[in-house]
Amino acid sequence: MTEEVQRSGDVEEGVGTPGLIFNEPLLFDQGSKGRVGCTLPECDVPELKPERLLPKKLLRQDIPGFPELSEVEVVRHFTRLSQHNYGVDLGFYPLGSCTMKYNPKINEEVWRLPGFSRAHPYQPQSLIQGALELMYELEALLAEISGMDRVSLQPAAGAQGEILGMMLIRAYLESQGRPRKRVLVPDSSHGTNPASAAICGYQCVQIKSGPRGRIESQAVADAMDEDVAAIMITNPNTLGLFEDQIAEIAKIVHAKGGQVYCDGANLNAIIGISRPGDMGVDVLHFNMHKTFAVPHGGGGPGAGPVGLKAHLAPFMPIPVVEKKGKRFVLNEDLPSSVGKVRAFYGNFAALVRAYAYIRSLGPSGLRRVAEVAVLNANYIMSRLKDTYHLPYDKFCKHECVFSDARQAPHGIQTLDIAKRLMDYGFHPPTIYFPLIVRGAMMIEPTETETKETLDQFIAAMKRIAEEAERDPELLRSAPHKTKVSRLDEVKAARQPNLRWRGKGSRLP
Amino acid sequence: MVPEGLYYTKAHEWVKVEGDRGQIGITDFAQSQLGDIVFAELPQVGRSLRQMEPFGVVESVKAVSDLYCPLTGDVLEVNSSLESHPEQINADPYGGGWIIAVKIADPNELKNLMTADEYRAFLAAEDH
Repeated sequence: MTEEVQRSGDVEEGVGTPGLIFNEPLLFDQGSKGRVGCTLPECDVPELKPERLLPKKLLRQDIPGFPELSEVEVVRHFTRLSQHNYGVDLGFYPLGSCTMKYNPKINEEVWRLPGFSRAHPYQPQSLIQGALELMYELEALLAEISGMDRVSLQPAAGAQGEILGMMLIRAYLESQGRPRKRVLVPDSSHGTNPASAAICGYQCVQIKSGPRGRIESQAVADAMDEDVAAIMITNPNTLGLFEDQIAEIAKIVHAKGGQVYCDGANLNAIIGISRPGDMGVDVLHFNMHKTFAVPHGGGGPGAGPVGLKAHLAPFMPIPVVEKKGKRFVLNEDLPSSVGKVRAFYGNFAALVRAYAYIRSLGPSGLRRVAEVAVLNANYIMSRLKDTYHLPYDKFCKHECVFSDARQAPHGIQTLDIAKRLMDYGFHPPTIYFPLIVRGAMMIEPTETETKETLDQFIAAMKRIAEEAERDPELLRSAPHKTKVSRLDEVKAARQPNLRWRGKGSRLP
Repeated sequence: MVPEGLYYTKAHEWVKVEGDRGQIGITDFAQSQLGDIVFAELPQVGRSLRQMEPFGVVESVKAVSDLYCPLTGDVLEVNSSLESHPEQINADPYGGGWIIAVKIADPNELKNLMTADEYRAFLAAEDH
């Protein structure tokens, strides 16, 4: 055992033990005819036959293969499945560009207060003043954090925030006379950026990153003309590098009448330190489930508020929360609004969690978030850069990007390294993104991890690099310790099996 | 593997010129970088493409990648067998894995493309 491993704790593979982790069949393959989870009382009103309510062609006698189960079968089924899962509450999750930070439990406590969790969207405004006040204050907090003038809390996720951002830009430019044709997107951007621009009717023009892994202002100047509606820029970018020419880039774009959109996915690296609004950004989206400790859980519900400068405010989605005297009111009267992008007021529970997070940390705490997130990423980068190829050797922000270039001669690629990490008890990092780095491994530790955890991860990565030289087959067939070992991703994609066809299934 | 006689783009497509017909695919380097291709999205026959306009998409387990048309022209034919067997692009990128054929509008555009020698040098320079 190396000195490092001893110092940093055990990184032996197979941190798990063979405990009571059950194999679990599908619910469809469990249960028994006539079994029920709960017994309902006799119906005490006259029963209406379905035949009297619905046309015959819509009626059926049974549901093929529908499972009939007791309560305990259902509870055990989902509890067992949950034990197959991996989450931030269970271990380190260094998924770059996703900011998988630990979500403090006080956020859960707060949103479960009955005034928040039991509020109904159709309740009269006089009875939900507390909820409206929270939204009003959260808008002000996010505006201050980002340096923007207004914030729409409505979008349900970052990608929807992007679309709203581009809709606002389009609405604004239309009000100026014409929407223009093109949007500039750096080659290191998230794929959702060009997708959002395209859905809003724009043609995307790719801007190549310079040799420093950043966008050079000259490249923007060369591509900029009066047909360009906007540039979509991520800062810090997906290589974890600060776009240090952003102010000049914004000037170039504004000089030709274009708008600057900032993808705020990486806000965690600069929060409390610098503000996109001060860099010349006109619109940005926040990812509440990244920077503001809202759970990513199962794909949502998240929240992707959009910050905007005053000239875009007339186009905001309705309703907006305003303060009239001491009362908070929902204002629907925005004649130029782009309309609603989400039912009611957005994913309110996510907003409450983010509010709790911001208020519990305060300005100095948020600044410390960014400082420690950046410190942790640089710690990993400097301790692994002699082991793994670092395509852009510089200080990084909140994440660092390695590649498999040093392992490739042994026939090992990024995927094998990622799979092997699972045997050491870690969730793999983001792989094969950003696209401009061949075989990219994008590691984002976040601020919530201890030095011991980072050391264990570093030790595991170093050991994997040794294994790549000594026993490459061990990596190619990894993971070995997980519930299910290496999956055939190619077959899964080429011949997907999307439907249950078990016993009792009468489906084709 | 870079066959002689074809013309190449910086985006790793090749075109084989036979009279005014240009048969187009992606290079062996491109398929090896993408890994196992699981899906190919092809254009309609008859569509007009400009030089270096995106005309389709290939998807592997690793990444989704745009395809760029090396030459201006109308689509004469698409390799529709790729819809059910995209793995042909991996197995035989210069043969059975061809993707589309276009009616070449302007042979002068070939000067914007690379020869086999130039493409080999381009690959060597990229692989630093």
